[in-house]
Amino acid sequence: MQNVLGDKRAIAILLGPALLIYSLVMLVPVLWSLGYTVFEGNAIVGFHFVGLDNFARLLGDSEVHSALLFTLKYAVVITVGQVLLGYALALLYVFALKRASGIVRTLVFFPVVMPTVAVALLFQQLFSIAPTEGLVNSVVSGFGGVPVDWFGDGGSAFVVIAIMDIWRSMGFYGVLLYAGLIDIPEDVLESARLDGASGWGLLRHIVVPLSAPVLISSIIFSINGTLKVFDSVLALTNGGPGTSTSPLTISMFDNSFTYGNYGYGSTIAMLLTVICLIVTVFIFRGTARGAKKGAA
Amino acid sequence: MTSLAFSSRRATRAIRRLPIWIAVALLLIVVGYPLVWLLLGSFKSQREFLESPTWALPEQWNFDNYAVAWNTAGLGTSLFNSAITVLPSLFLMLLLGTAAAFALEVLVWKNRGGVLIIFLAGIMVPTQMILLPLFSVYFQVGITGTLWPLLITYTATGLPLTVFLMATYFRAIPREVFEAATLDGASIYRQFFSVALPMMKNGLFTVGLVQFFFFWNDLLIALTFANSGDLRTLQVGLLNFNGQFGTTQYGPLFAAVSINVFALLIIYLILNQRIQKGLTAGAVKG
Repeated sequence: MQNVLGDKRAIAILLGPALLIYSLVMLVPVLWSLGYTVFEGNAIVGFHFVGLDNFARLLGDSEVHSALLFTLKYAVVITVGQVLLGYALALLYVFALKRASGIVRTLVFFPVVMPTVAVALLFQQLFSIAPTEGLVNSVVSGFGGVPVDWFGDGGSAFVVIAIMDIWRSMGFYGVLLYAGLIDIPEDVLESARLDGASGWGLLRHIVVPLSAPVLISSIIFSINGTLKVFDSVLALTNGGPGTSTSPLTISMFDNSFTYGNYGYGSTIAMLLTVICLIVTVFIFRGTARGAKKGAA
Repeated sequence: MTSLAFSSRRATRAIRRLPIWIAVALLLIVVGYPLVWLLLGSFKSQREFLESPTWALPEQWNFDNYAVAWNTAGLGTSLFNSAITVLPSLFLMLLLGTAAAFALEVLVWKNRGGVLIIFLAGIMVPTQMILLPLFSVYFQVGITGTLWPLLITYTATGLPLTVFLMATYFRAIPREVFEAATLDGASIYRQFFSVALPMMKNGLFTVGLVQFFFFWNDLLIALTFANSGDLRTLQVGLLNFNGQFGTTQYGPLFAAVSINVFALLIIYLILNQRIQKGLTAGAVKG
């Protein structure tokens, strides 16, 4: 029997194709991309070796610095926003709506599966000022305010990006955290209530600590996704005005494809990859320590 | 008397529930109204967009915008392109990924843990990191003018998550099932196709659905490899829609976005329960 389940040829036939495609399309290109960082040029005009020039350029490139800053700001604001609102939603589902939460969950979840470009076009129109006033500016005018040119400067454009992405994703985190909250045993909550805990106290001392693992998964998930933000920002503001809302991903895309410099593009991609790794490892270590402290 | 006490208790309860109902109502407006606004806009004429208040109902329900969006903007072509790349990639990814997970989880051999970790590492790699080498290779192989680059890239980038999740599902199946099948004389391939795959039906459905939305809504890969007219997928087509005719034609724009949104809404409403379960099952374990 061990013979059949250990058949070498069967293993090769079942595993081979997936491993081959995965290696060729993902593993080799990652290493290849690392190699690109010491070259200049592209596939069409050819490459020449420049040593560490790309890294030197990265250090002094103010556009990449502002892209890095935007990426980090975006990741922090959106992660805080979507996890907090998602948690609020999850609490609403579990403790207020209980079994009746199905319909609300379904509706709030829908934006998650909507095409990003469609959402971005929708928000462009919602926040537009000219030639037609969008819904948001109509409301502002209706209350006697002055309509805002939301996409006119980086600050207000960032506000729209943040609202849009939190709007899109809060339902996802709501469902994710809901799955964590319904796992909290009812008798634990019941005994805490008997001990006089209620409202904030119950939330702070019982619910949040018990849902910490799923909260942490959500945060890791969220940061990893937000650091790689591309399509929503590209479709909503295209990085503009100027490069004021351009994250690293868009700056990588522009350097590679608009300016045809694969070497520098790869260097930016590597910066992004390293940041993703550092953040993930950092959170994992932090939570491992936190969990140990909690246990003691 | 008792009924009076009962009804006053009900009234207090209703008042205490009031903030919750307000919160729910607010939530439904915030999520739902932009979509209603979008749908209403898709029936308006250009003149209405420029002259009437933005929350007004359309003067008449004309479907011209949909015809314009569908024909002039090539939404039909991009829908076709999306379908013929996403569905085959999905099929290939599920077949190869499940076979690999079967080999890694059910079959017994040295180093299988290591190979699983190699697959897992792929979940963390940003797509940007593999884009340029792939572009070079596809260019040199001469398939840049086709949809093959999308099909290959989707299949490969979907594999890490698929292998990981399918391996998790296989872990839940008792070993005895396969041992019994072996005693009955079933070959490995027979076991994979006639025993393992049918038992994985739920898992396949869940993973397939999650990945469908990833592939269908992808912009980065599609924009890199299929940016020219005939190859555009839905997302790239929509991206190019805005301002394609000089001044923005609002009605057709709203109609194009509506087609995308409400087509997915239908798929979503049919499959909603499984999507939510699938996403949470996968994400929480990850």
